[in-house]
Amino acid sequence: MMLQIKPILSALRRHKAGALLIGLQIALTLAIVCNALFIIQQRVAHLSAPSGIDEANLLVIQNDWANKWTTQETDVQVRTDLVALRQLPGVHDAVASNAYPMRGSGWDQFITLTPDQTTPTGDASVYLGDEHFLDTLGVRLVAGRNFRPDEVHPIGNRENVMSPVTIVTKTLADKLFPDGEALGKSIYAMTSTPTVIVGIVDVLQTQSLANWQMKHAYESLIWPLRAASGTGIYYILRAKPGQLAAVRKEAVKTLYAQNRMRIINNDGGVLDYTQIRQRAYDSDYGMAILMGIVCAVLLAITAAGIVGLTSFWVSQRRKQIGVRRALGATRGDILGYFMTENLLISLGGVLLGVVLAIAMNLWLVTRFEMHRLSMFYVLAGVLLLLLLGQGAVLAPAIRASKVSPVEATRSV
Amino acid sequence: MFGYYLDLALRSLRRNKVLTTLMILALALGIGASITTLTVLTLLSGDPLPQKSSQLFYPQVDPYPKDRPFSRSGEKVPWLLSYVDAMNLIHAHKAERQAAVALSQVKLTPQVQGEKSFYADGVLTTADFFPMFDTPFQYGAGWTAADDESRAQVAVIAGFVNDKLFGGANSVGRMIRIEDHDFRIIGVLGRWAPQPRFYALHLGGRNYGKGEAVFLPLQGARAADVMPSMMMSYGPSSDMQHLETSQSIWLGLWVQLPGAADVSAYKLFLGNYAQQQVALGRFQQSRVALSDLMSWLRDQQVVPDDVRLQAGLAFGFLLICVVNTVGLLLAKCLRRSREIGVRRALGASRGAIFAQFLVEAGVIGLAGGVLGLLFVLLGLWGIRHQPAPYASLALLDVQMFVFTFVVALVASLIAGLLPAWRACVVAPAPQLKAA
Repeated sequence: MMLQIKPILSALRRHKAGALLIGLQIALTLAIVCNALFIIQQRVAHLSAPSGIDEANLLVIQNDWANKWTTQETDVQVRTDLVALRQLPGVHDAVASNAYPMRGSGWDQFITLTPDQTTPTGDASVYLGDEHFLDTLGVRLVAGRNFRPDEVHPIGNRENVMSPVTIVTKTLADKLFPDGEALGKSIYAMTSTPTVIVGIVDVLQTQSLANWQMKHAYESLIWPLRAASGTGIYYILRAKPGQLAAVRKEAVKTLYAQNRMRIINNDGGVLDYTQIRQRAYDSDYGMAILMGIVCAVLLAITAAGIVGLTSFWVSQRRKQIGVRRALGATRGDILGYFMTENLLISLGGVLLGVVLAIAMNLWLVTRFEMHRLSMFYVLAGVLLLLLLGQGAVLAPAIRASKVSPVEATRSV
Repeated sequence: MFGYYLDLALRSLRRNKVLTTLMILALALGIGASITTLTVLTLLSGDPLPQKSSQLFYPQVDPYPKDRPFSRSGEKVPWLLSYVDAMNLIHAHKAERQAAVALSQVKLTPQVQGEKSFYADGVLTTADFFPMFDTPFQYGAGWTAADDESRAQVAVIAGFVNDKLFGGANSVGRMIRIEDHDFRIIGVLGRWAPQPRFYALHLGGRNYGKGEAVFLPLQGARAADVMPSMMMSYGPSSDMQHLETSQSIWLGLWVQLPGAADVSAYKLFLGNYAQQQVALGRFQQSRVALSDLMSWLRDQQVVPDDVRLQAGLAFGFLLICVVNTVGLLLAKCLRRSREIGVRRALGASRGAIFAQFLVEAGVIGLAGGVLGLLFVLLGLWGIRHQPAPYASLALLDVQMFVFTFVVALVASLIAGLLPAWRACVVAPAPQLKAA
């Protein structure tokens, strides 16, 4: 096959423009497909990041109060609600909190190691909850202890209650104390009052999943405070396995039976984690699917372009093919000729394409804060396009190989 | 002559249906993708108040301490103002109009028995908001500066709230219960939802979507304990119970400056104000900023990154489609060298051949444009059914409709240039001899 390269090159010189166009198309397609595949991978990695909680059995109810209460009055009602919810037959455990993982936005708190430190060491997503928080969410305690009931206090609207103890995620603990000795240490949440780490949990996803938060992914902490504010209390319920649907039906009814003066939105007031995930990662899903479609269509168009141009070349050269066949070239030789020709053009195209792909990625990095393209995606794209070229050229090449030697004698 | 070329083009396109379909389809997909994303991009980066935007400015000052700057790099001027600074700037009356804005989630309690309370988006602002932003009123009017000072508990409600609570009747003078306080309705707005919602940036609301339900006087609403959605503290005394005196920023300020002279005068005033605050010890830095509406939107990158990324990608896609069409057209025209030779020998000039092939490319472009338009409509329909806040805005306007065909024609003519040139330089004699 290698022997054929010289005649192929001299033949290509006779239809430079067509060869250049196919090469250019392959280069551009490679540039876009590499980057699109990379974007898909980034989005999929983002949306498949673990949450650390028992998603399959969790239900979140957003509860607002229709009347104006003091913190004490609200707290009494919240405790009554929690008792009623925990008594439901399908409910494993329940907790009142200010937020839930993957909520989209929420409370994040700069954390420092000393009270007068100006640049924060960590940025933690803050969860409030009583001693049932860990059990309800299904978060695994890896060191230390859970909160004691006597450590839990109510917190109302806009009140500044600093709890003396906290439970943090392993990620936050390691960030604050890289030597691994976080348990029992004091940390500061932009105030002079310290809070002591009494427990460390394995994984607990943050509330916000925004890009700026990525530097502080999985940095979460829990304070033993019972949300008792007028707006935005979330009741988080963990159902016993297989009972989520039943709990969903009963929970809101139970809450209204305790007190009618509350607002639970019919639309989006009660969410399970399938819905929460969908809300949180909607743009990621959308982007990944869109990129997938773009890749598929681009590859199809490029393949069609190669088929079209090669078909023309074959019909243009029927006579030459006939002559070659008459002079002893086998069908395999003719097939090989067109395949090699395409391989040469494709190689030129992917070479240019790799440069374009990297340039495009650099532009995306500066404009859209994307990551640097890993070479794996470039190589995968190169392979994909070379295979695509060979696949596309196969049909016209087979047709060329079937040209009968008799053609050489015709229309002379 | 054009009619003849058209006839030739149609004959040629009919001769190879698969290839023609392929070219038209590829072009249409490219057009569909690029125009869909471009429509969304122009909608999202549009001018929310075309008649007024050049006169509207957004002043910023920096009350943050030097060692704990607003942004990590220390370069950004804080997006919002503290209550004290906002009020100082408003009371100075150095602009033709000025209004402070905060957003809030407020609880509305219908006065009808059995109707449940619900939460709605609210704007806390000052009197000039309505005349400055040219808000249309169905009934009544906005409040006055005197109402601001007297902490009047009055409200302007949006048309859709009036429809919901009062069945669309004139509700001016009726009461509405907001956050467990009674507010008197003094105005009902008509449809008003500028996109992007320039005045809501960084205030804790969405940058696109339908407008707010209620508009309340800032001081009156604060007297009823309505809380802003967004608050950032810059100092130790950032008590949330006393927002008016706390070291926190939570208000956006807009000023109307009709002429260039007013703008430079206001800049001077703002700079002097900051220096004065430094002298008083309230500020540590005298940095200020004054952006007009459109540059404020641009600097804050209000258009989502994903939308810009998609638009860029779609035009890359179109480029590939054009390259694809060039290749196919070229192959096609080279194959017709013999026919060109005959036409040239019979007296057709090079120009005539060139024109003939461009017409053929143009026909493909036009067909691609029509099919592309279908793809655009399909694409926009898809976007409207997405949960993005700007989804409902994705509609094709007349400009984009025309632009679709312009893009299709230009793309196809560019694609046709090289093949047409190659066709017109074909030497007739060898072609005839070969035949």
